[in-house]
Amino acid sequence: MAGLELLSDQGYRVDGRRAGELRKIQARMGVFAQADGSAYIEQGNTKALAVVYGPHEIRGSRARALPDRALVNCQYSSATFSTGERKRRPHGDRKSCEMGLQLRQTFEAAILTQLHPRSQIDIYVQADGGTYAACVNAATLAVLDAGIPMRDFVCACSAGFVDGTALADLSHVEEAAGGPQLALALLPASGQIALLEMDARLHEDHLERVLEAAAQAARDVHTLLDRVVRQHVREASILLGD
Amino acid sequence: MAMEMRLPVARKPLSERLGRDTKKHLVVPGDTITTDTGFMRGHGTYMGEEKLIASVAGSVERVNKLICVKALKTRYIGEVGDIVVGRITEVQQKRWKVETNSRLDSVLLLSSMNLPGGELRRRSAEDELAMRGFLQEGDLISVQAVFSDGAVSLHTRSLKYGKLGQGVLVQVSPSLVKRQKTHFHDLPCGASVILGNNGFIWIYPTPEHKEEEAGGFIANLEPVSLADREVISRLRNCIISLVTQRMMLYDTSILYCYEASLPHQIKDILKPEIMEEIVMETRQRLLEQEG
Repeated sequence: MAGLELLSDQGYRVDGRRAGELRKIQARMGVFAQADGSAYIEQGNTKALAVVYGPHEIRGSRARALPDRALVNCQYSSATFSTGERKRRPHGDRKSCEMGLQLRQTFEAAILTQLHPRSQIDIYVQADGGTYAACVNAATLAVLDAGIPMRDFVCACSAGFVDGTALADLSHVEEAAGGPQLALALLPASGQIALLEMDARLHEDHLERVLEAAAQAARDVHTLLDRVVRQHVREASILLGD
Repeated sequence: MAMEMRLPVARKPLSERLGRDTKKHLVVPGDTITTDTGFMRGHGTYMGEEKLIASVAGSVERVNKLICVKALKTRYIGEVGDIVVGRITEVQQKRWKVETNSRLDSVLLLSSMNLPGGELRRRSAEDELAMRGFLQEGDLISVQAVFSDGAVSLHTRSLKYGKLGQGVLVQVSPSLVKRQKTHFHDLPCGASVILGNNGFIWIYPTPEHKEEEAGGFIANLEPVSLADREVISRLRNCIISLVTQRMMLYDTSILYCYEASLPHQIKDILKPEIMEEIVMETRQRLLEQEG
């Protein structure tokens, strides 16, 4: 839209944030009693709910069992009321499959699957607005809640590039404006990247800056999630008694 | 018909009301536990670049040179001698597959099973073919666990174990069931309870006389009286409220909770405020009893 500038002269974005600031994040673990692990996260207006079952016996075809590792199965679905226009999304459409595959790649890198051979771990994520970052953050909390051993947290954030400045944590307006967008999933303690995805054109000179902005934002997300998890563990531990 | 509506209300963290803090060392995945290489690593940890790093969120336990992290909530991990309650999922060639809330389905071999009549004889080919007659998919059994190769191996050698008849199953997290000498309890309020170590709890009416010969195969299908059914429902709601407030489950705690809930109606026990009140009272009684 002409006249809507994503980055003003004073360095403020459309919703009043600075270039490197994150949206407000609220998270809660253990929202479902029936599942092994569950978590709910709100990142600005984007809400994601993740549920984890496992490790458990492989249902369906026995042939898919891996003798030395666990099978991680991820499914993504998005609510019909999530975008501006109410749209019914059938299960198994291209976007859900692609997101499910990306989540699977991310979590296979983080979960220590050698500890549970011949079993299956299911991760179901439902998101509003379909942002990969919120899904990964919710799924991390849910996997932690289920007690499945992981190498480290997986924190994700998106980043874009406007007017020579790298912006971290894009909102819907900024995504819709059509600039380059990068999604990054990071293991904060070691700094290793679990998944890096971008599907737009960006000059390679700018890549370094955008990547650094996304990494810094992911580390900030980690600080917040870390606090939520510690609070949850402390509370549960107090209730169980010493 | 009367209807009741509730509006959502922000929950206060429960630990505030208890007013105490934990002295345990709590970690989350990615935290370094120690850089001292003299320690052996146990469950919940892994070695990365000369440091011992946690892989689950929980409390650190140290036994001499062994460090492990106990996760808050895990699937059932079998130990030799545990009592579990499970449901048959599959009938295979010489064994049954039992679902016990663990990482893999548990295995119950035909040779480890009591045959009807309690006889000790060699299992013949007819027994194999008649397996489905003994236990079918969907049946509930109580067994003793023997741990091996990743999947838990079960056996029902004594006549106490076997197929379960009428009653109510409650599924809770295995970490909330306290380890005790016996897991079969006959509560004075009129029902009996089996606390499986895997988190499956079976509540059933106390049989008037113990049947020795049956070996646990005759499913008693007589109608259960209303009084018994009320006691069982109340027990089930009490167990669910204890679990929501994360209290350990054992016969004394369940009994105290039952007594604390008597003034309320059975269906009211599941309401959050009444649940808190009952569990608070239970907690106090248990503290008084210990101290």
